[in-house]
Formats: sequence, structure tokens, C-alpha cells
Amino acid sequence: MDAALAARNRETMTKLLVICVAMLGFGFAMVPMYRQICESLGIAQTRAVGAANTQVDASRSVTVELVASSGKLPWRFEALEREVKLHPGQLVTVNYRVVNTLGRPVTAQAVMSTAPSEAGKYIEKQACFCFSNQTIGAGEERIMPVVFLVSPKAPKDLTTISLSYTFLELPGSAS
Amino acid sequence: MSAASPAHDTHHDDHAHAHPTGLKRWLFTTNHKDIGTLYLWFALAMFFTGGVMALLIRAELFQPGLQFVNPEFFNSLTTVHGLVMVFGAIMPAWVGFANWLIPMQIGAADMAFPRMNNWSFWLVVPAAILLVASFFVPGGAAASGWTLYPPLIIQQGISIDMTILAVHILGASSIMGSINIITTILNLRAPGMTLMKMPLFVWTWLITAYLLIAVMPVLAGAVTMLLTDRHFGTSFFNAAGGGDPTMFMHIFWFFGHPEVYIMILPAFGVVSAIIPAFARKPLFGYASMVYATASIAILSFIVWGHHMFTVGMPAAGNLFFMYATMLIAVPTGVKVFNWIATMWQGSMTFETPMLFSIGFICLFTIGGFSGLVLAVTPVDITIHNTYYVVAHFHYVLVSGALFSLFAGAYFWLPKFTGKMYNESLGKLHFWLSVIGFNIAFFPQHFLGLAGMPRRIPDYALQFAEWNMWSSIGAFIFGFSQLLFLYNVIECIRSSRKAADNPWEGADTLEWTHLPSPAPYHSFETAPVVK
Ligand code: HEM
Ligand SMILES: [Cu+2]
Repeated sequence: MDAALAARNRETMTKLLVICVAMLGFGFAMVPMYRQICESLGIAQTRAVGAANTQVDASRSVTVELVASSGKLPWRFEALEREVKLHPGQLVTVNYRVVNTLGRPVTAQAVMSTAPSEAGKYIEKQACFCFSNQTIGAGEERIMPVVFLVSPKAPKDLTTISLSYTFLELPGSAS
Repeated sequence: MSAASPAHDTHHDDHAHAHPTGLKRWLFTTNHKDIGTLYLWFALAMFFTGGVMALLIRAELFQPGLQFVNPEFFNSLTTVHGLVMVFGAIMPAWVGFANWLIPMQIGAADMAFPRMNNWSFWLVVPAAILLVASFFVPGGAAASGWTLYPPLIIQQGISIDMTILAVHILGASSIMGSINIITTILNLRAPGMTLMKMPLFVWTWLITAYLLIAVMPVLAGAVTMLLTDRHFGTSFFNAAGGGDPTMFMHIFWFFGHPEVYIMILPAFGVVSAIIPAFARKPLFGYASMVYATASIAILSFIVWGHHMFTVGMPAAGNLFFMYATMLIAVPTGVKVFNWIATMWQGSMTFETPMLFSIGFICLFTIGGFSGLVLAVTPVDITIHNTYYVVAHFHYVLVSGALFSLFAGAYFWLPKFTGKMYNESLGKLHFWLSVIGFNIAFFPQHFLGLAGMPRRIPDYALQFAEWNMWSSIGAFIFGFSQLLFLYNVIECIRSSRKAADNPWEGADTLEWTHLPSPAPYHSFETAPVVK
């Protein structure tokens, strides 16, 4: 085989090797491409939510305003966000914060109320600091979650709900 | 085609090169004919290895219930049977034919990179040993199916690492082989051998080799990701770490569908050589054959989703893959049409190579049709992963790729060995193969439509009868392959000298310009093709 031909063969081989390396790269590039495509088409999301919960009514939203009231207890009690917007059936977590500024431990019970009041029966709580009474040490700060959903059975004209908690000190907690 | 000088190169027999003998000759050979022979014998050995596994599978499925093997071992059998047949038998067999025929058919002295050629072959052997040896390690051989799907494959033991390593080695070997083939075809053609004068076997291999270098690296990437998921804490496919097993399917089938064409395109080339020879007519529609092959190859990159209609792709995706898949039937149909038109009004004779080629056309077409059925998304959703799929791919791979390998073997044995094989034995081999094959695989269409899942060691009672027939057919088919082995060995040892061109209608360079057997060195001075 003469030298010119050998050189031409090597050149062909080099070109083909470039294709190989490019395709190896392409194989790995399929990973981010796949993620990107699924995300932008919303495929991955549909799959995850679809598997988790088929009860979500994505056709409408409800705004839940979060209200905190300390009642007669002069400590600090507030909601970390002002409101959440959610679809009926969608499980959400919101957080309240209480800071016991009274210089003594306090045991108190939170009571829920809603406006309009009929909305109360459509709030389905899975976890709430109002399920039991809370003892907060002097100067203690506590973040307390509420996990809830608005039932898909809620009437369509119910678009805004005020969800409010009021703390009442339990008798005999002051020691 | 014809050449300027019809002189034979017999004088090359007493060539000045030193010929090592014995084991050394085969270990260090850089001769394309030696390497072709090695590939072909290796492929035949792997064919029987995979065949034993197939018969174990069919023995277990002869009756409902668990008779011979436990379910884990059964899964290993289906997995390694598939891997061995695809990567050990069909693909190396085609590379063997490529080595033997491409240089002779384009008038070249050898492959472009003879030493790399030796490497390509000797890499295949340890890979095959790894695959087969994985049966004997704790946990047993890979049991995930030949498609190596996670999450199963991430969980099994050391045998998976052996399988992944084997796939890496086989991929490297295929890539080296493909680079060699492409370079040979592009740079070493004899004067006057333009691209559009090349025999179709050379054309189909050129396109196949491009497919190989495009998709083998993708498979290598996919199994590398499996390996790092297993051992290095990545989570490409591991759902527990945020990965997605479905993504593996996409990457695998991006390789996998072109891979099935890698196994069938050279078959198209062989059949396109044999049909004209025995119909004594030139091939009908040569140029359309070339374009059809190229279109099939290009389309094969955009249809992989037809293996995943059930994974929850969006409807638009399913529709796209459905129509793209059906589109492939068009160039495939062009080919079948051309073969039939070639036979039309030809003066045909039916020697064994022709029988296998006609068998190929009839049965491969059945496989193409069942493929079309599977391509219909709503239909596939009900019969995906049933025996219908098993029937489909055995029609295209056994009566497609394998039958044309037999056709090619009988056709070129006189050129390879210089001896004539036993014609009646060849015909017997053909008829037993056709009958056994159809008894084994046709009923699997019924089983699939009735809902029998694939890859199970036991099944519901209503499937018993057709499974019994399928097993009977498989044993007929399996044992009749021993006839082929016997016929080849008997041919090599016989004293029936073959003529330089024993087939009236064969007109490619290896028949018209070279004696039988083809000398060790051929076309050291290139023939001139007019
Ligand atoms: C007209 C041409 C073809 C069409 C329309 C077609 C279509 C299909 C479809 C839709 C499937 C997926 C079935 C399922 O898993 O539910 C399939 C599977 C398969 N096809 Fe084809 N096919 C064609 C030709 C071929 C050829 C030529 C080969 C190989 C030589 C082949 C080999 C395979 C294999 C091996 C599988 C099964 C893979 C597995 O799941 O293990 N097909 N085919
Ligand atoms: Cu496919």
C-alpha cells in the first residue's frame, strides 16, 4: 500500500472516529435533553401529579387568606405568608409562627374559623397545630405547619376563603 | 459488470509472504479471508450456544408448570439467548461475510487496516466468554432481558458487570470493524468501480457500517450510565435518586431500532446477489435498491418510540412514532417488489441458496406485516410484551437475517472452499428449517393475540396446545441445523472440485475474476472494471 493511500485511509479513519465520539457525546446529551423536553412539555409533571392525586380540579383556583389572631394572649402570632392560591383537591402546607414574649410558659389551644363560615366544611386538614394544645416555653419561638386542602366539592362561587386561627390560653397553664 | 482482463490471479498462491501455520496463523493473521473465516466459525459456534439456550427455553415451555428450570434461570436464558444471538451470532456472521467478500467484490487486495481487523475479531472472543461465563457466577447470568432495562439491571449481581463489559468490548470491536469497512469501500475500490457499480452487498454493508458507528457509541454510553448507577452513586436511571428508567428505554431504543437494521441490511445485500444469479436476470431496480437501503437507514433513527408505546408518551409522540414506523414499510416494500420483479420471467433454478432466498422473501415479509400490526399504537398497547412480538422479531431475524446467512453460506462456500457442498443435503436443511421454523413461530402469533406474555417460564392452561406445537417446531428447527454443520464440514473435506463460477448467473468480481477457492491473496494488482 503506497504512502498516499495510507494517509488517505488514516484521514477517513479520523473522520469516522469524530462521528463516533460525537455520537458517544450525543448518548450522554440525551439525558439533559430528555429532562428538558419532559419538563417543557409538562410530561414529567403530569406523570408525577397524576400518580399522586387524581382528585385535583385544575380548572379553577381558590385563594386562601391566612389570618392569625392572638385573642387575649399578648404574644406574637402570625402567618408566614399572607395568602395561598391553590386548586381544589391540591394538598398545600402553610406555616404559622408563634413567639412567646410573656416571660412564662403558656399552654394554649388554637381554634379555627373561616369566612365565609360555610367554607369551614370544605377545608380538610391533614395536620394542624390546632389538633392539640401547645405548650410554649418562655421566650420560645415555634414554626407550626398546617397541611390542608380545599375539597373539590366546594361550590364554584367560593373563590376566596379567610382561614383564621385564634389562640386561647387554657385555664391553669400559668404556673 | 465486466473487467478488462479476465486473467486469473492464481500466481498469487505462491506469494512471497511468509505464512505462519497452526495456531499462530489464526492468532496473528491480518488476511481478510482468514479473519472472515474466523468470524464465520465463531458465529456458528455462538449460534449453537444460543440455540442450546433456546431449546432449554422451549423444553420448559413444552408444558405448563415448572419442569426443568427455576424462574430466575429461565430469565437468564431468555436474556443471554438474545444477547448471544444478536451480538455473538448474527452480527459477527455478517462481519465475516463482509471480510471475505467486500475486498473481492470491489477488487481490493485486503481491508484498509488489516491489523485493526485482527483486533476486531479477537476482541469478540473474550466478550463472548464473559457473556457465557456469567452463568456461573453467584446470582446467575443477567436476567433483565436482552434490552438490559433498569431497575432490574441495577439490582442484580456481578454478572451484570460482566455483561456490561462484554457490551463495551463488542461495541469497540464493531466500531473498529465498521471503520475498516467504510475506509475499504471508500478508498480501495478498483479503477472503474464507481459507487453505483458496487454490488449491493457492498452497498448494504457500507450503510450498515455507518449505522454501527452512529449507534454503537450511544449503546456504550447507555451501559456506562448503568454501570455508574450501579457502582458510583449516580442516578441516571435509578428512580430512588431522582433518575428515570424510562429515559434508559429512550436511549436504548435509539440504538436498538437501527441495530435491527444492522442485522437485516446485509441480508438484503445477499439476497440481491442471489436472486439475480438464479433467475439469470440482472437485478431489477438497482438504483432504487440503493436508495431504499439508505432511506431505511435514515428512517431507522426516528422510529424508536414504537418500542415504548405503553410508557406514557404524549399522544402526539405516539402518533409520530406510529406514522414514522409505517413509513419504513415503503422502502422495504420497494425491495420486496424488486426481488419479485427480478424473478419475474427469469429462467429460475432452485438450488439451496435460491431456496433460502425465496424462503427469506416470503417469511421476512410476514415479519414485516406483523411489524406493521405492532406499529399501530392502539393495537400495540394490547399486544406489547406478548408472544406476538416474539413471533414478529423471529420472523424478521430467523427467517430474515439467519436464512439469508445460510443462503450466502451455500452460495459462496464453493468460492471460499473450492469444493461443492452436497446439494440434496442443503435442500433437506432448507425444508426442515422452513417447516420447523413455521411450526415453532407461527403459533406464537396466536399465543400473543390470546394474551400470553413473553419471558415467563409458566403459563395459563389455555395456552398449552400451541406452546406444545411451538416447542416441537423449535426442536425440529434446532436439530436440523446440525445438518448445516455437517454439510459445511463435509464440503470442506470432499473432493468435489467447484468450478470457478459454479452459478451461471453470478457476475460479481469474485466469480468472474478469481478461481475457486479464492487464492489467499487476491487482486494485488487491481482489476479494471468497465
Ligand atoms: C416493516 C418493518 C418493521 C416494522 C413496522 C416493525 C415494527 C416493530 C414494532 C412496532 C415493535 C415493537 C413491538 C412491541 O414491543 O410491542 C417491533 C419489535 C421488534 N422488532 Fe420490528 N419492525 C419491523 C422490522 C423489523 C426488522 C427488519 C427487524 C430485525 C431484523 C425487527 C426486529 C425487531 C425486534 C428484535 C423487536 C423486539 C425487541 C424487543 O422488545 O425485544 N423488526 N418491531
Ligand atoms: Cu424497532
